[in-house]
Amino acid sequence: MAVNDALAGTHKIIEEAAAQRHGQLMPLLNDFSQELTTLNLGPTHPATHGIFQNILQMDGERIVSGVPTIGYIHRAFEKIAERRPFYQITTLTDRMNYCSSPINNLGWHMTVEKLLGVTVPKRAQYIRVIMMELARITDHLICNSILGVDTGAFTGFLYLFQEREKVYEIYEEVCGARLTTNMGRVGGMERDMSPVALDKLRAWLKSFPVVMKEFESLFNRNRIFMDRVVNVGPISAEKALNYGFTGPNLRAAGVDYDVRAMNPYSSYEDFEFDIPVGTNGDTYDRFIVRNEEIWQSLRIITQALNNLPEGPYHADAPHYYLPTKPDVYKNMEALIYHFKIVMGEIDAPVGEVYHSVEGGNGELGFYLVSDGGRTPYRLHFRRPCFIYYQAYPEMAVGTTLSDAIVILSSMNVIAGELDA
Amino acid sequence: MTPQESAAAPEVAVAEDPVKVQNARVLALLHRLFGEATFTDVEEQYGLLSVTTTREHIHGVIAGLQQDQEIKLNFLTTMCGINYPENEGKELGMIYHLHSLTQNIRLRLKIFFPVADPVVPTLSNLYAAANWMEREAYDFYGVIFTGHPNLIRILNVEDMDYHPMRKQYPLEDGTREDKTDLFFGR
Repeated sequence: MAVNDALAGTHKIIEEAAAQRHGQLMPLLNDFSQELTTLNLGPTHPATHGIFQNILQMDGERIVSGVPTIGYIHRAFEKIAERRPFYQITTLTDRMNYCSSPINNLGWHMTVEKLLGVTVPKRAQYIRVIMMELARITDHLICNSILGVDTGAFTGFLYLFQEREKVYEIYEEVCGARLTTNMGRVGGMERDMSPVALDKLRAWLKSFPVVMKEFESLFNRNRIFMDRVVNVGPISAEKALNYGFTGPNLRAAGVDYDVRAMNPYSSYEDFEFDIPVGTNGDTYDRFIVRNEEIWQSLRIITQALNNLPEGPYHADAPHYYLPTKPDVYKNMEALIYHFKIVMGEIDAPVGEVYHSVEGGNGELGFYLVSDGGRTPYRLHFRRPCFIYYQAYPEMAVGTTLSDAIVILSSMNVIAGELDA
Repeated sequence: MTPQESAAAPEVAVAEDPVKVQNARVLALLHRLFGEATFTDVEEQYGLLSVTTTREHIHGVIAGLQQDQEIKLNFLTTMCGINYPENEGKELGMIYHLHSLTQNIRLRLKIFFPVADPVVPTLSNLYAAANWMEREAYDFYGVIFTGHPNLIRILNVEDMDYHPMRKQYPLEDGTREDKTDLFFGR
């Protein structure tokens, strides 16, 4: 009897959720006595785009409850960071949100600069802004085009990944790497924007908007796509805030919180850009907000490129900034500083600093406790998707399995960042 | 540059008037709502107000700040554990970051407690976001959150029998001799 009562309870929940979604009470096809199916979604499943598992209780096609399991690629970054000099931690940050590594890298450098009190020259700040916005665009491109794949549209994905490839070529010109970029240094960039990089960037700024327009015209008002995403997995602003949402997912729910605007870093106050917001925080809103943010990022890049100041590309801080190789070979001081920095023997002050940047999927925070030693005493990463992924079961309950996949993919959960 | 000098430089640069005024407002609010005795170690490093309280007060303080309509520190940015093995009776700590999204003010709250009795009230009844953050702190530091609905490990394997972020556990195997570096100690 108790089992039947519990089932009746869960059915009521499903029916209410379904009613909320469709605006009317949807009678369930199954009768109450039918048992639930347990479905293992993941850990490796092509539709989850990462290694995480959800144990779903299914009633036919509908999800009754979901229990996410994470940690499959946990690499103990916070522990490793306690043994590494500041500049070696950059390579750990790459591997968190690997879809937008430059934001992670440069956010970390800015945290250390804040601790050390290093001021970065304008040119370096503008180059950083360009790279971070490129990273944001690629991050959103991946998320949105894969959302397309999950709803059955493969073309947009292949089409946009060509553009992502071009961005990665720009990364290559700037830092030599593509995915895990290790970009920048404490105190600035490792090298100036080369003419080739600038040419590639200019060419891309011409070609990309055309492609993006096409992508948007394929999706934004596409009947088939809209049927799959409108009113799927909505979340209210209050709920989203309570769950600690940040980034595009929060903005889709209607809250205009953007770290770039609220706590400008790296000269974001110099640029004009809008913060797109959605209304009901459903999958469609998340998709549209990301698309619009791509346009805003393009605006920022164009402004930064047009007003790129002349001057040095790194701070005059020999204690902290790695000297160039020719200097190291010819100049005694440079050799000494090179040696000291590589060995981590820099004078870090005792202190605690929290710095956050607007990552690809939300507020990426670095809480750094320094005891004056060569390594951080404690380093905590505020990983946005670790925090907002908690809301996933609540968003998925009451929907169908295919909707749950779409919701997951629109939340842009990156396994590397989730597990750190 | 000595560490003291380099620490002093950013203080001067960041601690401009508006930030100081804001922090004074938050501190006044904290004192008014919860009493001056509740808070110790008031710091303003790099412009971020940081106060230390006790585990008896932490739930009340965060709940009070969530309800407060003046500054609205009602967004839990993050929380994390910390371990100071040399502070006797206060070996473990929890550090909370709150944010007022309407007025853009941040606040850092800290509590410290003995490692032998690492029991802290949960915030998961106030913030849904606290659920996994507390599980992470439990996983890494062994902090027990009373009232938490599902306090199990989150990132490490379930059968792990220690809390790896505590300072007593070295990152690398201490018995290995091939990795010893006499000059830099690895």
